[in-house]
Amino acid sequence: MADPQAPSSAVTAIEAVEAGLAAQGYIASRQIATAVYLSQAIDKPILVEGPAGVGKTELAKAIAAWRGLKMIRLQCYEGLDEAKALYEWKYAKQLLYTQILKDKLGEVLGGAQTLHDALGQLHDFGDVFFSKEFVEPRPLLQALLEPEGCVLLIDEIDKSDAEFESLLLEILSDFQVTIPELGSIAAAKPPTVILTSNSERNLGDALKRRCLHLHIGFPEQRLEERIVESRVPGISQTLRRQLIAFIHDIRTLDLKKQPSVSETIDWARVLVLLQAAELGHEVVKDTLNVLLKYESDIEVALPQVTTFVAKAQRQNIFG
Amino acid sequence: MQENLHRFFRAARGAGVHVSPAESIDAMRAVASVGFADRTVLRDSLLLTLAKSEDEKKALGACFDLFFAHVDPTQSEAHDEAQQDAAQNATEGAPQTAQNAGEQTNAELGPLAQMLLAQNTADISAAIANASSAVGLSEIRYFTQRGLFSSRMLEAMGIQRLRDDLDALADSNPAQAERLQAGLDGLRDTVRDAVAQALALYGREETENLRHEILRNAQLSRIEPRQVAEMRALIRQIARRLRERYSKPRKRQRRGHLDVRRTLRRNAAWGSVPFLTAWKRRHRDRPRIVALCDVSGSVARVSDFFLLLIHSLHDVVSDVRSFAFSGHLIEVSEILEQKSAEEAMAEIMDKVGFGSSDYGSSLVDFEKQFMAAVTPQTTVIVLGDARSNKLDPRADILKAISERAKRVVWLNPEGRMTWGWGDSEMPRYQTFCNVARPCATAQQLERAVSDIVSAYQ
Repeated sequence: MADPQAPSSAVTAIEAVEAGLAAQGYIASRQIATAVYLSQAIDKPILVEGPAGVGKTELAKAIAAWRGLKMIRLQCYEGLDEAKALYEWKYAKQLLYTQILKDKLGEVLGGAQTLHDALGQLHDFGDVFFSKEFVEPRPLLQALLEPEGCVLLIDEIDKSDAEFESLLLEILSDFQVTIPELGSIAAAKPPTVILTSNSERNLGDALKRRCLHLHIGFPEQRLEERIVESRVPGISQTLRRQLIAFIHDIRTLDLKKQPSVSETIDWARVLVLLQAAELGHEVVKDTLNVLLKYESDIEVALPQVTTFVAKAQRQNIFG
Repeated sequence: MQENLHRFFRAARGAGVHVSPAESIDAMRAVASVGFADRTVLRDSLLLTLAKSEDEKKALGACFDLFFAHVDPTQSEAHDEAQQDAAQNATEGAPQTAQNAGEQTNAELGPLAQMLLAQNTADISAAIANASSAVGLSEIRYFTQRGLFSSRMLEAMGIQRLRDDLDALADSNPAQAERLQAGLDGLRDTVRDAVAQALALYGREETENLRHEILRNAQLSRIEPRQVAEMRALIRQIARRLRERYSKPRKRQRRGHLDVRRTLRRNAAWGSVPFLTAWKRRHRDRPRIVALCDVSGSVARVSDFFLLLIHSLHDVVSDVRSFAFSGHLIEVSEILEQKSAEEAMAEIMDKVGFGSSDYGSSLVDFEKQFMAAVTPQTTVIVLGDARSNKLDPRADILKAISERAKRVVWLNPEGRMTWGWGDSEMPRYQTFCNVARPCATAQQLERAVSDIVSAYQ
């Protein structure tokens, strides 16, 4: 079963993934890189879970950019159904064509003596109006039809209904869909599928079983520094280090919504804009609303700001 | 190595991670493609393919660390071969090693004795590994089986022969007998450790299930303080199960048949030509619950768990208002929403707890202040033993409540046998309750709450 060549090359392949994503500005932890590599190696979708703003969606974008593939995105919401996600019949076109072809139909059917004969002849045409030309592909079907393969991002799957999950099962395990009138349509080239979830509701076991399960939490200090470095190039090293240390302290507080990576990046941008050379008490107080999105959270954090800023500044001396 | 992976899957199941055959196949494929060279990569791959939630990831990570505590993945292939060689040595080549080991070794000693005297640790650990597979150590499930498996393993390693050797040596060569005895003690320890590790790996699930089963049926009022935390975890688990069962089909409301009456009424302006259609909807109310909990004396513990359960059902229950009473009654919904379970209960106890209960005046308090909370959609749950210390029970207030409410459910931590005995006013209250049921264990609590919620489906 094991390919003797594989193990030695696996680590280099994982490192290549890491480097490839980094070139797109996505700094991946080893675990993320392993997941991306494995999804390729054993043809499995990745289910990414984690708090909002840690870069779940960004991961898909980065993969698409790195591989030079098209990214097809399906945003899930309550009430999303087959017609919007998979395919739809072009009713208007069907109607228009029957109108245009009316004369032709009359000609063809003209020879029929009885209604029964006409019906028989109609059957001979087969399902002209239910052929591929009349199918309007929606994101899921588009992804399968893409000849070069693509990255299919199914975003916030937890927001969709439980029924929609069952709809996905066939695509996720076999990379094909079944349209009753046309039969099964298999993928030209299996797409790389990324599903993201904020754990708003528990996903079904059947769905989870078909995926690699990747949990992205808040990154470690070192990693987050690298992320900020790649995303906000103008920031000085001193400020960067203090900022990250401060945010890691903030995350230890009991908050309604912890600041995640996207907030870190926003904050770093704001600080650069304000031309802050160092993390100061006043600057932090003024810009805390970039980091914390709830009034109650800001109230919790405010008394701690002085301590955390001092701590972050010390960090810089020894770090 | 496949064998090792299979054992790891079994250990993972022991750690509470659900590993289906399909998942194990995926894991095998993943491992085949990443290899064993890099331990962190191997760990990541197994976590990615097997664990399906954050909790499972933690459990599986711990399990991985324990499992590969001394099996180094890089060397395990070589290790396996070494084991086989060692096993052969132990059986066939024993006389040779004995001769090599030294002149004073008696050739009549059994292989185990010779191994111990030669202090060949590699051989000994190989022998332990063989013995553990011979007795099926990975089948171990309960901590009570430790002794059994230890002795079986020692037996499989030939301790009988060793004892004979010891007896023989005690006369002929006391010094050597002493060394052998020391070796034997060391061996016992090693075997015990091996069994303990196997138990930690493979037995956790069964042990936990057994403990949970016992806990579910234990009297809530009598559980020991050290079990409280575990009980809370169990209650949360129950809440999760109830949530999963009852929070699902929300969509049904949107489908339906034409509502002829409403359509005609709506289109009256156009002579009832149906321009605007109205559809029948099946209304499915979310449960609204008003809970009155006795927090005096022995009932307090049960109330504690009950409140925890009710307040963990956010998804299922749209509106919960809880009240605690013993001598008088206060509303505790906010305390429960804002604080952790432990703090909230402490605060509630501080305010009203541990008094002697007076159902009459507590009901009066409720009638005066909170009667408006009871609507025709509300289920009123009273949790208490109905022991009112011979004071006026004011059953008339409960009657008024039951007339306003959808249902009144009385949960009594005492068994039915004692209802009405002593100062219990249960029979009087029971008249005005739609349901009155005993509720002393976690299991009964689950059933009671499940029935209440399903009445709204």
